[in-house]
Amino acid sequence: MEKNKTVVADIDRGMYDIKNEDRYSYKVSQGLTPEIVTKISQEKNEPEWMLDFRLHSLKVYEDVPLPDWGPSLEELDMNNIVTYVRPHTVMKGNWQEVPADIKNTFERLGIPQAEQESLAGVGAQYDSEVVYHSVKESLRKQGVIYTDMETAVKEYEPMVKEYFMKLVPPQDHKFVALHGAVWSGGSFVYVPEGVTVDIPLQSYFRLNSPGAGQFEHTLIIVEKNAKLHFIEGCSAPKYNVTNLHAGCVELYVKEGATLRYSTIENWSRNMLNLNTKRALVEKNGAIEWVSGSFGSKISMLYPMSILKGEGARADFNGITFAGQGQHLDTGAKVVHAAPYTSSNISTRSISKNGGIAVYRGAVKVTANAHHSKASVNCESLMLDDSSRSDTLPSMDILNDEVDIGHEARIGRISDEAVFYLMSRGISEQEAKAMIVRGFAEPIAKELPLEYAVEMNNLINLELEGTIG
Amino acid sequence: MSEKLLVIHDLHAAVDGKEILQGLNLEIRPGEVHVIMGPNGSGKSTLMNLIMGHPKYELTHGSIEFEGQDITKLKTDERARLGLFLSFQNPEEIPGITVENFLRTAKNSLSGQNVRVLAFKKELKEAMAALKMDPAYAARYLNVGFSGGEKKRNEILQMLLLNPKLALLDETDSGLDVDAVRIVSAGVSQFKNEKNAVLVITHNTKILKELQVDYVHVLIHGKIIERGDRSLIQKINEHGFAEWTAAAKE
Repeated sequence: MEKNKTVVADIDRGMYDIKNEDRYSYKVSQGLTPEIVTKISQEKNEPEWMLDFRLHSLKVYEDVPLPDWGPSLEELDMNNIVTYVRPHTVMKGNWQEVPADIKNTFERLGIPQAEQESLAGVGAQYDSEVVYHSVKESLRKQGVIYTDMETAVKEYEPMVKEYFMKLVPPQDHKFVALHGAVWSGGSFVYVPEGVTVDIPLQSYFRLNSPGAGQFEHTLIIVEKNAKLHFIEGCSAPKYNVTNLHAGCVELYVKEGATLRYSTIENWSRNMLNLNTKRALVEKNGAIEWVSGSFGSKISMLYPMSILKGEGARADFNGITFAGQGQHLDTGAKVVHAAPYTSSNISTRSISKNGGIAVYRGAVKVTANAHHSKASVNCESLMLDDSSRSDTLPSMDILNDEVDIGHEARIGRISDEAVFYLMSRGISEQEAKAMIVRGFAEPIAKELPLEYAVEMNNLINLELEGTIG
Repeated sequence: MSEKLLVIHDLHAAVDGKEILQGLNLEIRPGEVHVIMGPNGSGKSTLMNLIMGHPKYELTHGSIEFEGQDITKLKTDERARLGLFLSFQNPEEIPGITVENFLRTAKNSLSGQNVRVLAFKKELKEAMAALKMDPAYAARYLNVGFSGGEKKRNEILQMLLLNPKLALLDETDSGLDVDAVRIVSAGVSQFKNEKNAVLVITHNTKILKELQVDYVHVLIHGKIIERGDRSLIQKINEHGFAEWTAAAKE
């Protein structure tokens, strides 16, 4: 009898793996000291309070231990991580002025093309600094601000001072403390009251330098009854040294406002992705997360929504794909801190070739949050016997008048389903890819189109191989 | 070149080490409608799965030829590309893949080229109308949340669009009400022409009323022990399989 066995080699990630020569105009030495942190601050000409904040964060970083749960981070040696790499250019508002190697990288990733076709504004970060930024004039006139964090610290200082790392303070855990000390780049978005930004803004983060860290900070404030869709993409070529990504995202959603925040993180397989994202949602506001985690060696990512005002709402749609040598520990957290709040978490995970995909999530309902609703649905698909999948949901419910639902399913590709598709002339490989794409579809349909296409391509790449 | 579409010779087969088929012979020519009848457990579904190449079913002896070619080593999708089709008794549910997307992918795979989208849409719409299917089903996920009858109609829809040389219908009438049986039968009649053939397996006779049946085979304990024309159907309707099962035990 024939035995079907799928052998899948490590994939060719094509354009994501094209690396440029490591050219830079300034790079701090490896490791982490108050001198290095001070140098980063001086390089950026920052106000005194920011330098103080960085040095304070560094102290916290030194005091706080590594997390005692989740994937092992013992291979991380901060002495080997370069925290700051300034590319060989300053920020431009025109792609023609961006140096050719950097511009070509973003062109291969489709960023300038997408800007022309479907975006209202674009930011592009290369290593530690933003190299390109633009926003449509019509939005600027309505008071929408979209710029890099360095510019924001200088030009919108009071606002940055009011919000920066207030939602995610350095004391939270070791890697936000690290972030507070060495953060660089990222986006600042402000949407004034009542303004609807009807086409998305997009930032793209590209880490080129080997052995570097990326610590971009995203700060978004959507004022009362305003509306925004923000898209973030991340990637890096593969080197043989460990890279670290410890970004921080703070989202402030005011009364009646809506923010949709979509990301695809497709880091290379030498990346430790320890990212922290959090949203604070006021009365009748809504946060909608769409999150895809593909690359990286280790990911620990649990975007959190704090529903602070009555009637606030959070939606989380996430997909994780763990292949050989990957340990992706992802999920979502929601805190219902007011009455009549609602949340909906829906995740899909796929593991293959020994990959580990874990859903880790938490729902907390505080004592005053009566008439709140929460639903959690996690589905996992394991493509072979060597892969692993776990679901670790936690529920902490302190009010009886609530409606809580939880569903978890772990499954495999059914041989009968493959046979069914093959009986219609579809090859075994395509049949399996169709089933996996179908499994991912509920999340894929929430993604911006080009990202959904990218995700399907990634799934096809991941499943390509010899069958025999 | 053989004029025969399907030739099965002395077929023995096992599932999980248990021998189910014990020397089955069958020949089908273009233009013919064959029916295999037999009680539950007689090996009908095993035969269908074996012809289609289900990896769980093991051929231990004998041969299956399609248009003169030995197909027993071919994979299921290769058999489908030669012109074989199986209408499943219990079709799988595939979430996230729409009926339309699935059918277009199947058609592309069978023809080796991309079908023209507009022509395909038109063909799909017409076939659905013929089967009295709600056109909204084209955008639904394959068999997900379909009733038993809807699944069967969806199988016949696939048969009409994929247009195989030999269609194997596995209990296509089971679980259907009278109207649904009539619609499905009409679909099969619409499909049938002098160049293709149909092999129906069933343990009841509802679907056969509306079909032009040429040959009836009675399958008992993995062997065909009686062959005849459609008058056999009448006999089975009246007396069941008792006569043969008793004989097979002796």
